[in-house]
Amino acid sequence: MKILIVGGGMGGTILANNLARKMRNELKSGKASITMLSASDKHMYQPGLLYVAVGKMNPSEMYRDQVSLLEPSIEFKVDPVTEFNLDDNNVRAKSGTTYNYDIIVIATGSCTHAEGTPGLAEYAEQFYTEADAVKMYKKLEAFEGGKVVVAVGVPHKCPMAPLEITFMLVDYFKQRGIWDKVQLHYTYPIGRTHSLEPVAKWATPEFERLGITYETLFNMKEVNENVVMSEEGTEAEYDLLITVPAHKGMQVIEDAGLGAGGFIPTDRKRLNMEGRDNVYVLGDTTNLPISKAGSTAHFEAEALAENIASMMTIGTATRDYDGKVFCFIEAGDGKATYAMFNYQNPPDPKAPTAGIHMFKTAYNKMYWASARGLL
Amino acid sequence: MADRKIVDAKNTFCPGPLMELIANMKQAEVGDELAVLSTDEGSANDIPEWINKMGHEVIESSEDSGVWSIVVKKTK
Ligand SMILES: Cc1cc2nc3c(=O)[nH]c(=O)nc-3n(C[C@H](O)[C@H](O)[C@H](O)COP(=O)(O)OP(=O)(O)OC[C@H]3O[C@@H](n4cnc5c(N)ncnc54)[C@H](O)[C@@H]3O)c2cc1C
Repeated sequence: MKILIVGGGMGGTILANNLARKMRNELKSGKASITMLSASDKHMYQPGLLYVAVGKMNPSEMYRDQVSLLEPSIEFKVDPVTEFNLDDNNVRAKSGTTYNYDIIVIATGSCTHAEGTPGLAEYAEQFYTEADAVKMYKKLEAFEGGKVVVAVGVPHKCPMAPLEITFMLVDYFKQRGIWDKVQLHYTYPIGRTHSLEPVAKWATPEFERLGITYETLFNMKEVNENVVMSEEGTEAEYDLLITVPAHKGMQVIEDAGLGAGGFIPTDRKRLNMEGRDNVYVLGDTTNLPISKAGSTAHFEAEALAENIASMMTIGTATRDYDGKVFCFIEAGDGKATYAMFNYQNPPDPKAPTAGIHMFKTAYNKMYWASARGLL
Repeated sequence: MADRKIVDAKNTFCPGPLMELIANMKQAEVGDELAVLSTDEGSANDIPEWINKMGHEVIESSEDSGVWSIVVKKTK
């Protein structure tokens, strides 16, 4: 049984490691093999970008060598896939090599699509790549006061990032002693300040307490110098615009016709690509109506690893993914909270505490154990 | 009849039915109809509110056994 995992990020790595442990005997005897193809020999801890953007983490702290995170029995290659031939059970990669499989798992992630919003790349700051986060930090350092607007595109990965960056900006400006010279204005695409109602109920009074103004039902349409326009017909003037642009899945997914916007139609419990029983999808690449978050990829990967292993040994899957998501929320002022929910149970976040912030800070390091499938 | 795409946002909390609709609207063509399925009672208000603000059209809104179905049309 040849298992091919495309993508060496959060989902692909946890899946590969869990599978390698569950199928130790099959791998040893040669009855099964696991190959991972990725686009980079480095693994980035993406939540670190938030801290890089406000000067609280050095970019080099966000990376590990991908090979160092993988069980030795996994064959790893930096050879990004350029063509998916699902009817023939193979993919073609950049090197020109064709890789055959019995089961394929696609976990190529998602990325910002700034070009979809005219003017955004030119005028706005972003923090979803290392280069953008460093650029944003330099811009912040040169900023001496004025109106700062936060604007958010749909869809985007990490649903907490818009709120987190807002509260982290408050801390940043306070620490620089210029908070009294800053007017912070938060905008959000739907009719409340966060998609999770209990989180919005906590965040909105926090905004009011801190003097942050906000506008809801604001979907970025176009960015001009010093003003951002919404699809809804309003506009917000700014001196500094901080954005989370709308995201897309990887271009290769869209080009292969696997899913609109690069997101693959996926069964919400078994995680197979709709209409295919040997193609699975994990993490940001699915079209599932759940958070695009590392924790989503993590919990999906755990369920899928059990299913692939049990399909090998007893011929059938044993577990459904229950929609579990867990997200920390940095609340500023040295505090944090979290939201946990699944398909059945809504989140019930508690008031932020210093203890949860310390745990999140520790998790920034523990992530590597998590990627190894040990946490 | 125009294409009617189902946006199944039942039993999901984040990003939620309206955000799912906004994302799907971007991929839709003018004239397309989208049916959002939601188990969140709030959708019956916040989806029409956004649709009206945007100048799109709500075709129908109904509820059956706790599932709201809101059909909208992209008009521009
Ligand atoms: C600023 C920021 C803050 C965040 N904060 C949090 C947080 O606090 N909590 C949380 O849970 N999540 C957070 N996230 C989201 C989280 O990082 C992602 O949701 C998660 O990494 C998704 O995992 P994935 O495996 O789907 O994709 P990724 O981890 O993005 O991995 C995709 C992999 O696919 C590879 N790849 C791409 N194209 C190809 C190709 N053609 N062929 C082969 N391989 C390819 C890439 O090299 C990469 O290895 C944050 C993200 C950002 C940007």
